[in-house]
Amino acid sequence: MGEAIKPVIEVRNLDLDYEDYAVMRGLDFSIKKGEIFIVMGGSGCGKSTLLKVLIGLKEPARGEVLYDGVNFWQQDEEGRQKIMRRFGVLYQGGALWSSFTLGENIALPLQLYTGLSASQIQEVVELKLALVGLSGYAGFYPSEISGGMCKRAALARAIALDPDIIFFDEPSAGLDPLSARMLDDLILQLKDTLGATIVVVTHELASIFAVGDSAALLDTESKSMIAIGNPKELLANSNDPRVIRFLTRGERQAAPAGKEFTR
Amino acid sequence: MPAKISFDYPQAGTLRVKLSGDWQISSGIPSENEVISELAKNKDTAQIIFDTSETGSWDSGLVSFLFHLIKDCENRNIQVSHQGLAQGVEKLLALALKVHTRLIPPKGAAEPFLDRVADKVLQLYSGVLGLLNFLGEVAIAFGRLLRGKAYFRRDEFIGIVQKCGANALWLVSLISILVGIILAFIGAIQLKLFGAQIFVADIVGIAMVRVMGAVMAAIIMAGRTGASFAAELGLMQVNEEIDAFKTMGISPVEFLVMPRVLALVIMMPLLTLYADFMGIAGGFLISTSVLELNPIEYWQHTQSAVRLSNLWVGLIHGFVFGIIIAVCGCMRGLQCERSAEGIGAATTSAVVSAITSIVIATAIITFICQVIGV
Repeated sequence: MGEAIKPVIEVRNLDLDYEDYAVMRGLDFSIKKGEIFIVMGGSGCGKSTLLKVLIGLKEPARGEVLYDGVNFWQQDEEGRQKIMRRFGVLYQGGALWSSFTLGENIALPLQLYTGLSASQIQEVVELKLALVGLSGYAGFYPSEISGGMCKRAALARAIALDPDIIFFDEPSAGLDPLSARMLDDLILQLKDTLGATIVVVTHELASIFAVGDSAALLDTESKSMIAIGNPKELLANSNDPRVIRFLTRGERQAAPAGKEFTR
Repeated sequence: MPAKISFDYPQAGTLRVKLSGDWQISSGIPSENEVISELAKNKDTAQIIFDTSETGSWDSGLVSFLFHLIKDCENRNIQVSHQGLAQGVEKLLALALKVHTRLIPPKGAAEPFLDRVADKVLQLYSGVLGLLNFLGEVAIAFGRLLRGKAYFRRDEFIGIVQKCGANALWLVSLISILVGIILAFIGAIQLKLFGAQIFVADIVGIAMVRVMGAVMAAIIMAGRTGASFAAELGLMQVNEEIDAFKTMGISPVEFLVMPRVLALVIMMPLLTLYADFMGIAGGFLISTSVLELNPIEYWQHTQSAVRLSNLWVGLIHGFVFGIIIAVCGCMRGLQCERSAEGIGAATTSAVVSAITSIVIATAIITFICQVIGV
């Protein structure tokens, strides 16, 4: 038997608050290296809050987040920055810096964190743009291209430093089905080519089933994670009607034939 | 035909509400209180049924009427039968009456007065802490810049300098000339009583160079550039651009705030000098034309009245105001809430806090100058 794959990210007993309001309680899961992990759940369930905690933008109320065994929130600012340099983040709206061209957006992290010369940086920028299908757009400003193209350019920026962990916040939000599909394909390619660990926060079922190796379902009512596992297996085997309802857009209320629900 | 309600009792305990006419919001709809009043008259009513045989066209006005009536009847334990209602009305009602799980955090009851006072004090305390923290971050960023470690985009810096310098010249010219004219007129009215109108030159010169040039330029820049900084950074906050800087390990203060502070700190003393000159020019024009003072005499009086120390005091004002405007604009922008309303609030707050701070700073500098005899 081969050696078990080590978790890159471990979340232990994590409590999330939004201002004074308890959003999620007792989150516990781990994400293996090279895995595409989906955080799913209805609107307002705390997916984005969880993402903010994972990427270092918001301190959790309680609990731990470990990257390769290192407790992220117990590090000092410098220690956290060091871990954060391993991240690439694709924000829901792209979050491209509007006063920069696409090329400058991608070049900035390279200028800051690599010793590459200007011409080498230019080459990397062109490569990253080509990877997301935007060759020749380096001189364009975000306001001059479509929403889908902005998302892809933001992905090019997110992968500029070849991160080993990439976070996606609602990647398909606001995209037409073809652009959403293209982004899903890009996520799969990133996993295959960069070997990156990928965390996707979404509630788009098509994306969940297309790219997810593993998924956690967060539930607003119980403020907890109610299921974890491969999305297709969850749909086939889950005993929980809440999981089935979510994964079938509410079209199926019951378990597959021959199974009994515990609730 | 306007919407109307009429009542009858087909059997004991059953109120039949007849809905006739067109039930449309635009043409007005009766209040459910008419039904409630009828219920109050007959307290043994246990059920309400509807007769819609004479109902004409309808829209959400009818649904709203029924929704509120049903809610009210629920509280009074009166059964409301949906029979007789049009299928569309029934479907909309079913949707509106569906019980949803409460997803939003419950709003607490109104807090007692002392709690509210305590909250305000704590807010003020955290606001002061936030300001000190922000000033500390700006100082660290400047330290990094001086050591050559800060990331600095020269082209962007030049753009900011142009925006808050050259582009503001027309407005600063207009306001400063007018202030010079106003000072000359006010001075002339009083000085005429003593036959000392030529001292208008001293008043205009000293007032403009020592304080007014800097204050007027600062107020213009607070409304123009400070607001623009807050809106720019606020929008970046809303669009998650600031988050993108943070997760990439780039300090937004170093990257966004520092160039803006630096640009205003450089440009404000220059704009102050320019405002001083334009104010004196305004006073000169009005004094030599309307007040008929001798231009050469006016100029000589201005030269002898305005000392170098006045100029330095004015430039120090400009330097301090530059820091205040940039810090207020940038800090409010970074603190902006993620909504369109948040950007408006950040912009307003940036201007208000900058102008208030400018007045306070002027008072402090004037007091210090008085104490040290400058």
